[in-house]
Amino acid sequence: MAIDAIALHTTDNVATAVQDLKVGQEATVRINHDVCHIVLQEDIPYGHKFTLKPVRFGEKILKYGEVIGQATKDIGAGYHAHVQNIESLRGRGDLKAKED
Amino acid sequence: MEFMGYRRANGTVGTRNYVGILSAVVCVNEVVENIVRQVQGTSRFTHHQGCCQTMLDIGIVNRTLTGLGKNPNLHSVIIVSLGCESTDLSAVIEGIRASGKRVEHLVVQETGGATRTTAEGILLAQEMVREASLQQREAFPISKLVMGMKCGSSDTTSGLVPNPAIGVASDLLVDAGGISILGEVTEFIGAEHILASHAANETVAQGILNLVERMEKRAMAVGEDIRGGQPTGGNIKGGLTTIEEKSLGAIAKAGTAPIQAVYEYGIQPSVKGLVVMDSPGREPEILTGLAAAGCNVIVFATGRGAPQGFPFVPVLKITGSRTAVEKMSDHIDMDLSAVIDGGDTIPDAGRRILEELTRIGSGTMTKAEIFGYVNSMDIYMQGPVI
Repeated sequence: MAIDAIALHTTDNVATAVQDLKVGQEATVRINHDVCHIVLQEDIPYGHKFTLKPVRFGEKILKYGEVIGQATKDIGAGYHAHVQNIESLRGRGDLKAKED
Repeated sequence: MEFMGYRRANGTVGTRNYVGILSAVVCVNEVVENIVRQVQGTSRFTHHQGCCQTMLDIGIVNRTLTGLGKNPNLHSVIIVSLGCESTDLSAVIEGIRASGKRVEHLVVQETGGATRTTAEGILLAQEMVREASLQQREAFPISKLVMGMKCGSSDTTSGLVPNPAIGVASDLLVDAGGISILGEVTEFIGAEHILASHAANETVAQGILNLVERMEKRAMAVGEDIRGGQPTGGNIKGGLTTIEEKSLGAIAKAGTAPIQAVYEYGIQPSVKGLVVMDSPGREPEILTGLAAAGCNVIVFATGRGAPQGFPFVPVLKITGSRTAVEKMSDHIDMDLSAVIDGGDTIPDAGRRILEELTRIGSGTMTKAEIFGYVNSMDIYMQGPVI
C-alpha cells in the first residue's frame, strides 16, 4: 500500500512525509506495522515533518522515540513541524550568551 | 567474502595503488598540482595548514600527513615542502617509512624554485609510477577493509534509509573481522547517550561523551545558536529541524556493534571492530581524517545529493531519496529509494552495500572517481591561524 508518511516509534508526536502532501489531504502514516490517518492542516513538503497529535508550548518533540527539540508555540495536529515552531535544546550558544 | 587489493609491507591492503604527492605546507600546493597534472597514476594531498599555527595544530598536521602517507592506497610517496614550514618533516617521513614504503622528499627552497622542483618531481614520480604499476592485485578477506562512514547533504531520508543500511553493512564488516570508523562528532549531539550505551566499556562510553562535550562547547563559545551551521541550511530545506534530529539519523550508521575505542582525529585504530574518531561533519576535514586513519574505502550517505570525493580513497555514495537519484544521478552510486516504498528492506540494502564495497575495493570506480570530483580535502584544526 502506498503510504504518505512514516513515524519511527510509537511514542513519536511527529511523522516524516515521504511524498509532497497537500492541505486538507488525509495522510496515511505507517508506524512500524500499523497505519493511521491524519488530516493535514498545511502543505507538507517531501521529507518534512508534521504533528500527529496536538503539542503544547514547551512540550518535547519526539522522533525515533527520542527528543529532537521542543515546541516554541502550541501546535495543533496535522501542522508542519519545523524550525518555525520547534527549537533545539542543544548547541544553544545564544542562550548561554544571554546568561553570561 | 573477498576483494582484490594491493598488499603492503605492514600487513595493510590498498584498494588503489597511487604514488601520493603530498604537500607539507599550504605554500607548495602549486608544485604538487603541477606534478600530479603531468604524471598519470599519481594522486595528491594539498591543504591549507603547516605554518603560522599553534603547536597543538602543527602536531595534528604532522600526524595527519604521516597517516595519509601510510594509507594503504598509496604505493609510495613524494613529500613536497618549501623549506621554512613548521611541519616536522623528519617525523612525517620517518613515520611513513616505518610502514615499509618508499618516501622521497623535495624541498623547493633547496632545489631552486618551483620550476626545478616541478621538473624533478615529475621525473621522480614517473619512475615511481612505473614501479607501482608492476604490482598486481591479490585476493584478501574483507577483514582487510577499513571502512570510513560519513553522511552529507542529509535530509530526512538519510536517517530513514542509507544511514541504517550503512549500520547493517558496518555490523557485517565488524562480524567478518574488519574495521569500521564513525566520525562526525558534531552529529552525535543529542544522540550521544545512545552511542555511549553501545560502548564496549565505561572508558569508551566516557570518551564518547567527552568528545561531544568538547565539540559542543567549542561551537557554543561563539555565542550563537548552532542551527543554520548544524543542521545546515540545506539540511533544514530537506526537513531536518534540529541538530538532535540530524544526530539521531546520523548515528544509525553505527549499527549495533559494540564501540571498541575512541580516537583523536586522524589516528589509525589499533583494534578491530567499530571505533569512533573525533572529527567535524564537514567533508574536506572528515574525509581527510578517515584517510589518515587508514580507511581504504569510505561509504557516504546523502539525502539531497553530495558530489564530494577524496583523492586516493574511493567514496561510495548512497541515497534513499528518489529526488537525489533523479536529479543527482552523476553523483549517486547506489539507489536505495525502494526501501521507502516497502519494496526493499534495510537488512538487504545493508548486505548490498558491503557487496558493492568489495567491488569498489577491487577497483570498480565510484562516480566521484570517474568524474574526478575527488578534491575534498583539508586538515581539521583546533586553534587560530596566527
